[in-house]
Amino acid sequence: MIDVVEATLTWRRLSPRMLVIHPVQEVVRAAPALLGLLIAGSSSGGKGHLWSLAGVGLMVVLGMLRWFTTTYRVTPEHVQVRRGLVTRKVVTVPRDRVRTVDVTSHVLHRVLGLARVEVGTGTSDRRNEGRLKLDALSAAEAARLRVELLHRSPSAAPAAPAAASAAPAVPYGAPAAEAELARMRPEWVRFGPFTMSGLVTVGVVAGFVSRLVSEGNVDLGRVGPVQETWRWFREMSLPLEIATVVLVLVVFVSVASTLGYVLAFGHFRLTRHPEGTLHVTRGLLTRRATTIEERRLRGVEVTEPLLLRAVRGARLSAVTTGLRAAQGAQRGGSLLLPPAPRAEAVSVARLVLPRVPGAPSASEASPVTARLTPHGPAALRRRFTRAYGVHALVLAALLALWWWAGLPSWTWLTVAALLPLTALLAADRYRSLGHALTSGYLVTRWGSFSRRRAALECDGVIGWNIERSFFQRRAGLATLTATTAAGKQGYQVRDVELVEALRLATAATPGLLDPFLVEARPVSSVG
Amino acid sequence: MSRTAVWYWAARAAIGWLIILAAQVVWLVTDGDGTGLPVAGHVAVLVVTAVVAVAHVTVMPQWRYRVHRWEATSAAVFTQSGWFKQEWRIAPISRIQTVDSERGPLEQLFRLADVTVTTASAAGPIKIGGLDRDTAQRLVAELTATAQATAGDAT
Repeated sequence: MIDVVEATLTWRRLSPRMLVIHPVQEVVRAAPALLGLLIAGSSSGGKGHLWSLAGVGLMVVLGMLRWFTTTYRVTPEHVQVRRGLVTRKVVTVPRDRVRTVDVTSHVLHRVLGLARVEVGTGTSDRRNEGRLKLDALSAAEAARLRVELLHRSPSAAPAAPAAASAAPAVPYGAPAAEAELARMRPEWVRFGPFTMSGLVTVGVVAGFVSRLVSEGNVDLGRVGPVQETWRWFREMSLPLEIATVVLVLVVFVSVASTLGYVLAFGHFRLTRHPEGTLHVTRGLLTRRATTIEERRLRGVEVTEPLLLRAVRGARLSAVTTGLRAAQGAQRGGSLLLPPAPRAEAVSVARLVLPRVPGAPSASEASPVTARLTPHGPAALRRRFTRAYGVHALVLAALLALWWWAGLPSWTWLTVAALLPLTALLAADRYRSLGHALTSGYLVTRWGSFSRRRAALECDGVIGWNIERSFFQRRAGLATLTATTAAGKQGYQVRDVELVEALRLATAATPGLLDPFLVEARPVSSVG
Repeated sequence: MSRTAVWYWAARAAIGWLIILAAQVVWLVTDGDGTGLPVAGHVAVLVVTAVVAVAHVTVMPQWRYRVHRWEATSAAVFTQSGWFKQEWRIAPISRIQTVDSERGPLEQLFRLADVTVTTASAAGPIKIGGLDRDTAQRLVAELTATAQATAGDAT
């Protein structure tokens, strides 16, 4: 039966509409060069422009070739993608190894009704080779593929291929079946300016302008408005100049961050499907839909960057196998809640986290709100020595440069004036430190500029590392790392007393450490 | 660890230092007229290197032998390593993904082997170095057998 099915399953192509998208994409990517070409005109001579044009043309042709060489198929047991022009390559993923399906459609994709599908498997290696990416299918096709891959796989055990081949009989993604856990509210936009994502925009704009200048041979100094602004700027006094720069930057970054927030998280929805998946859709222009299997969820992470913390905001991401840990506010598919009120993050975490069997029910505090055990005076001292150690090093270096290399004296004076701030930072870093073991979850919190609280299911802990540097040994402290296959691969409980670290590890994974405790250390009182 | 590992570590360190010393001698010979550094300077550098090398080759292996420990029970694998930054690593055998054993050319000479145990986490590989060959083979066989007996995909 399987053989017959596999034989009749033909290789499918990507959507032919990609043939339109590739040229447009390449032209957009080469926009700075082309704009420069337009501004500079052909009068300046030289063949450089022709070469960049030829390069764009070549990229377009290669992109279109990709459509002809990429095919895929879904058999009852595998997902296969064939690609490559010179080196033919077939990527095969067993369907029961599919952890996540990510559907993204950029503006162009949406105009033409297309979507890019990315299939995540359990591999956690940094290389991208094993990833299955289909760029792009028609939106309907992508949605069908997602349902086919995820919602059938838990029930369609390898022993029941007949059930899997009967998949088309199931109604796809009936909207009535899903339960909404969270949805974007307009008032959350107030957290936009505090996400600092606008800093990236500043970088992008700067990069665009610099490319425009270099490729188009534009001399900024000769552009009228720039000259005017510069003259007006030079006439101010120094404090006023600094204040102006800071003000302009703050306004620009705030506006850009808010815009970025709206674009990335507009239409955000988090839903739960009865087949055991969580579903995140977001994005105003670029639509992104991520599906996470709930049985792969090992915990959550609450992130509160300093600025967001000041306005009682937080964001929530999933700790799950098959998805790499989120980088930045928008990247990474593990996002469960964009920057939003802290209370909202807490309630979503409560809804999302799987109940650990055998653990006390909801009456006990949820892992994201439970009180944490502080790490004690030794950890506090270590925060201060480390913060002041770094500060003193910087100060010494600047002093040396001032003494011997003639650095202006305001540099080290500024650094010296910042000493009280370092104390605040160290105190806050200590305040963040904490750990707990509650309702079957290991909870750890750390960091000041970006305070993170990770709750990891004890069942997801697949080993322990205990590190003690020379200084930590003198202070009687240790850093305990719970290794896991999910998220960041390891979650640290920093600078905790050794006895407490061993107690925590023993309580989280009963029996694992017992044979080693007596021999490993003279801390026999614990074992 | 096998006691032979001390000799292996010493030999490996010695080879590293010999390469450095050889490079310095080559520099001394090619720089014979003393344009880069006076000959006395060359000799001083050579002597300092040699002293450091001898100290390293004699002390390091003993120290390492003393601080490195490993143990495998029917439930878990445990290692202890490091002298400035001490590290203990524990992985339950039920979560083991792969067991590799490796023998470099120098290790073959001393009849030693390394065993690396990896779990599904990128943060948790456990490396046991300097085992004698029979122990390593027995350990690999034991771990593989126990790991195979456990169900699930160990994530």
